[in-house]
Amino acid sequence: MPTPIITLDHVTRTFSVKRQTITAVDDVNLSIREGEIICLVGESGCGKTTTGKMIAGVLPASAGRILYLGADISKLTGTERKKFRLGVQMIHQDPYASLNPAHTISAIIAAPLRHHGFTQGETQTQQRVRKLLETVDLTPPDDFLDKYPHQLSGGQRQRVSVARALTVAPSFLVADEAVSMVDVSIRISLLNMLSKLKDAMGLSVLFITHDLALAKYFAWEGRIGVMYLGRLVELSPARWLVEHPQHPYTQVLLSAIPEADPEATRHKKRIELRSMDVPSLLRLPTGCSFHPRCPQFLGEVCEQVTPALVESDGAMVACHRVTRPAPRATEL
Amino acid sequence: MQPILSIQNLSIEYRARRGRVRAIRNVSFDVQRGEAVALIGESGSGKTTLGLGIVQLLPGTARVTQGRAIYRRSRDGAPSEIDTLQLKGRALREFRWKECAMVFQSALNALNPVLRISDQFADTAQAHGYLQGRALHARAEELLKLVRLDPDRVWRSFPHELSGGMRQRVLIALSLLLEPQLLILDEPTTALDILTQRNIMDVLKDLRHKLDFSLLFISHDLALAAELTDRVATVYAGKIVELASVETTFKEPAHPYTIGLINAVPTLKGTKEDLSSIPGSPPDLVEMPAGCKFHPRCPLVESRCKEEEPELVEVKPGHQTACWNWRSAREALQTHKVQG
Ligand SMILES: Nc1ncnc2c1ncn2[C@@H]1O[C@H](COP(=O)(O)OP(=O)(O)OP(=O)(O)O)[C@@H](O)[C@H]1O
Ligand SMILES: Nc1ncnc2c1ncn2[C@@H]1O[C@H](COP(=O)(O)OP(=O)(O)OP(=O)(O)O)[C@@H](O)[C@H]1O
Ligand SMILES: [Mg+2]
Ligand SMILES: [Mg+2]
Repeated sequence: MPTPIITLDHVTRTFSVKRQTITAVDDVNLSIREGEIICLVGESGCGKTTTGKMIAGVLPASAGRILYLGADISKLTGTERKKFRLGVQMIHQDPYASLNPAHTISAIIAAPLRHHGFTQGETQTQQRVRKLLETVDLTPPDDFLDKYPHQLSGGQRQRVSVARALTVAPSFLVADEAVSMVDVSIRISLLNMLSKLKDAMGLSVLFITHDLALAKYFAWEGRIGVMYLGRLVELSPARWLVEHPQHPYTQVLLSAIPEADPEATRHKKRIELRSMDVPSLLRLPTGCSFHPRCPQFLGEVCEQVTPALVESDGAMVACHRVTRPAPRATEL
Repeated sequence: MQPILSIQNLSIEYRARRGRVRAIRNVSFDVQRGEAVALIGESGSGKTTLGLGIVQLLPGTARVTQGRAIYRRSRDGAPSEIDTLQLKGRALREFRWKECAMVFQSALNALNPVLRISDQFADTAQAHGYLQGRALHARAEELLKLVRLDPDRVWRSFPHELSGGMRQRVLIALSLLLEPQLLILDEPTTALDILTQRNIMDVLKDLRHKLDFSLLFISHDLALAAELTDRVATVYAGKIVELASVETTFKEPAHPYTIGLINAVPTLKGTKEDLSSIPGSPPDLVEMPAGCKFHPRCPLVESRCKEEEPELVEVKPGHQTACWNWRSAREALQTHKVQG
């Protein structure tokens, strides 16, 4: 098997908050192949962005290792480090904060092109800037070149962020809610564009989103990972996850999604949680941290033992209900 | 029965350095009593502007250039008509909370950060000479429970102590304090995750059932409109281009733009081939194209579309669309997609 482009090996990230330690990402293992698209979904605060930032080298892991093409990113130096820096690009969640407000769109995109020598001379740089704007559907490019970020809508800014990430021809892209503000009509063409880059250049993408239907579409041949309070609770081929969710949390998420079909969405069977409250990371429940809300709560084992992510029916699942045989009727 | 709200030939503009931004152009539609109407459309199409116009909360650079917004009051005996665009002073203040409440798009910042939730309720109540003290507390408690919050926990909290979804629900509860007959919700669940969104949707369905108010629901999320509303108005470049029951909008849309929007929404059951995007981007509202404003992006464009702007015409009773090609659009676009 070829070396994965990114490997997370027991990766944990903690923060100290109010003199206590919270674990935002807890013992995550994940390998991403070249040309693979992985979507990460889960409730707000479950650690998606933190995971993405660690992969992009923006945030160090507190424990465990992250490998880029087999090499520990915390130990890279010199040209190897530069290769990693350019090879892995991150599109940040908040397009308002991530674009320099004092620079025009043209300057924002041209800077990395010049700096890293991707273009020679001004004419070539300008040509490339236009091409990149067209790639992300900001057309005609002339309308955008001299604008400042505050003159663009949220969706347009997100597209500028995508264009900027593509300037250095990365091989891995961490896209954090990268199309959340883009109109539905344009979103698909942007994702199709990334899919084409994947096919043409072997680009891999870690795509962070709340939208499971979008995740299924984008990661069609890839995988979807579901996170809950810092842990990966299900990891499965995209379509399989949506059609055969195994973790009770994944099932709840899928049942909660409204659908663009009045008949279907009004009659959809929703799974109720035992509690709506997301536990605080400061006071994590013992055992399986989903147990206080889990509609399939088994009892003691869920309260005491943290389930490991293990293979089950074509997926990786961390749930006692799934990994232990169902109790027979006589035992109930 | 007469509609609770009738928007008639409404146009709204912004003055900007580049010129006049024609954000709402000659829009007319009704909201029936107890009905939920969705306004859907791309970013910048004018949805929020329309909502702000109705409650007269447009910024100073905006101007209503024509039209009326007739609201039909039903409380206290005889029904009476008011044009909300003409209201001033006390009448306007009364209209705003007691008749019509709006929860804004940037709602997460809409609560005063230094006031406890209890004080936010007290302020609003006091400004309108509504309940005070115990009675207010009791009413607020009831409302907080309706939006599925724990009153004991929320009542004495500051906004920053609550999650985004909780704040959003506090705002919905607060907007219902003076028992408005019409509620305008602008993107009430964007930026919230799936489970919080689900919770708010369930709360809204429940509230409509229990309190029977009318709802103008602004969203670019088609699935939310499908779930919550009775009728859908599709807005493009400041104009309603299609108006139909929610079933018709999703099952038999006639306007190429509505068809395009629906084809661009991924579904859990759908396949990759079911999806397509609308090429191009929404027009500049300062320098709009001639003719139909959608023509530069429309796969069915003909010479007439570039010259004359179509007005809403009846497709069948209760279904209107503004397209020269509506008779053939659905069929043509179905085959178009297969080829594309
Ligand atoms: N720099 C930091 N200091 C302290 N806590 C942090 C920091 N960054 C993140 N956290 C906490 O770590 C947890 C995970 O945050 P993260 O941003 O990764 O979540 P997320 O899954 O991306 O959520 P969202 O969907 O809201 O973007 C949260 O509880 C957050 O408050
Ligand atoms: N204060 C303003 N001055 C000038 N133009 C404005 C102002 N506010 C809004 N506009 C413009 O008016 C048009 C309609 O804006 P509006 O906010 O109503 O759109 P929307 O449909 O609500 O979009 P979104 O889905 O992004 O919220 C846009 O082109 C916008 O740029
Ligand atoms: Mg995040
Ligand atoms: Mg808006």
